[in-house]
Amino acid sequence: MPNTPVADEGAPIGRRAVLGLLGLGAVGVVTGSSVQNRLSQMLASVQMRDPTGLTSQIPLGDTWRYYSVTGAVEPRTRGDYNLKISGLVDQPTSYSFADLEGLPQTEFDDTFQCVTGWSVPDVPWRGVRVSELLEAAAPTDEAVGVRYKSFDGTYTVNMTLEQARAKDVLVVLAMYDAPVTHDHGGPVRIYSGSMYGYKSTKWLSEIEVTSNNAPGYWEDRGYPLDGFIEDE
Amino acid sequence: MSEPVIASVDVDRFVLAERLVHRVFAVLTIVCIVTAAILYNGALMMAVGHRHVVETIHVWCGFALPVPLVLGAVSKAYRTDLGILNRFTRADWQWLRSPSRRDGTIPVGKFNAGQKVNSWLVAGSTGVLLGTGVLLYWPDLVRLSWRAGATFVHDWFALGLGLLIVGHVAYAMRDPEARRGMRTGRVSRTWAKAEHEAWADEVTRRRSDDPS
Repeated sequence: MPNTPVADEGAPIGRRAVLGLLGLGAVGVVTGSSVQNRLSQMLASVQMRDPTGLTSQIPLGDTWRYYSVTGAVEPRTRGDYNLKISGLVDQPTSYSFADLEGLPQTEFDDTFQCVTGWSVPDVPWRGVRVSELLEAAAPTDEAVGVRYKSFDGTYTVNMTLEQARAKDVLVVLAMYDAPVTHDHGGPVRIYSGSMYGYKSTKWLSEIEVTSNNAPGYWEDRGYPLDGFIEDE
Repeated sequence: MSEPVIASVDVDRFVLAERLVHRVFAVLTIVCIVTAAILYNGALMMAVGHRHVVETIHVWCGFALPVPLVLGAVSKAYRTDLGILNRFTRADWQWLRSPSRRDGTIPVGKFNAGQKVNSWLVAGSTGVLLGTGVLLYWPDLVRLSWRAGATFVHDWFALGLGLLIVGHVAYAMRDPEARRGMRTGRVSRTWAKAEHEAWADEVTRRRSDDPS
């Protein structure tokens, strides 16, 4: 506007600011992963020394986010815990927590990776390989997959037999060298190192051997049937 | 109302369309904040559960946020006000920098510089939250490291927007007449003169120009 004084009209800074924020957001999406890694390394020592726990509410990453798909889940103790291996097997079995502790244990550190992007690196896991439980149960010739069931009454996860027999698929009895807490899906949960978190059933109560690979809870709601973590 | 009743002429500040946009946007935002707290905070999540339901409400209220903002554009008054919010004058820069910005020496139009900056930050942050929300809701769209970035950005912009909203509500709590303006569309001339003098003068001038 040549004949209007600039001071009256002003400059369209608002539009620039909005576009600038959108640009910042886009840069953040592309670089955020590495920025966050650096930030969380810097602040890990602060969080360790924070008795209030408030710093863990700051979105610095590498922190657990707890999911539940039902109402409040009734906690179970190790004492009243029971894991059933059922379905298309020659030897249906039921394990108490002590039974599971008596089996050969596998231990390793691995990342818990959520499909939405957040992750917790180097979590120490310990438990029994699903492959060992399957071997003992002896799946029949019609067996194709397994269905993990949760004692929350709703959650299920599917895997093919081959996927379930992978070396990094555990019935987890301990995390961080301690009992699996209720919020983490204790006393017993699944951990599958090569797959996104939704494949790692919390509050595990049963492994059913099935004649199909029908989708579980989140698989039914649009998440990939296999759930393998993609290569970077 | 608790404020003193003074014989005062009211002036029109916001038309019905603008008040509706504000109301609908506010309700959607509150639902987004409550559901966000449940999705994000471990203790709340464990108490409430039902992640899929909470997530669905959060996501669709979020996707609905731009709807009132866009529909509002059928109103000419809304479009005019957006134009005012967009433009930053020399007086606005002065107002932002001045420690005595509220003493009336710097002319303030329909919106003061702080309100303008707030509107930009809210609009930009909402856009960023919407965009990153889309990436998180449909994980097939971009690769994993970008989804991790989107989570990072979504969290931090949510925190920032939350602080802006706390500030917005705190200012509103302190100013019943400003709240009346957004609730009924009208404010007293006295308030308009005190808070937005240049705008109050302009409204008076327009009215005296008007032959009706």
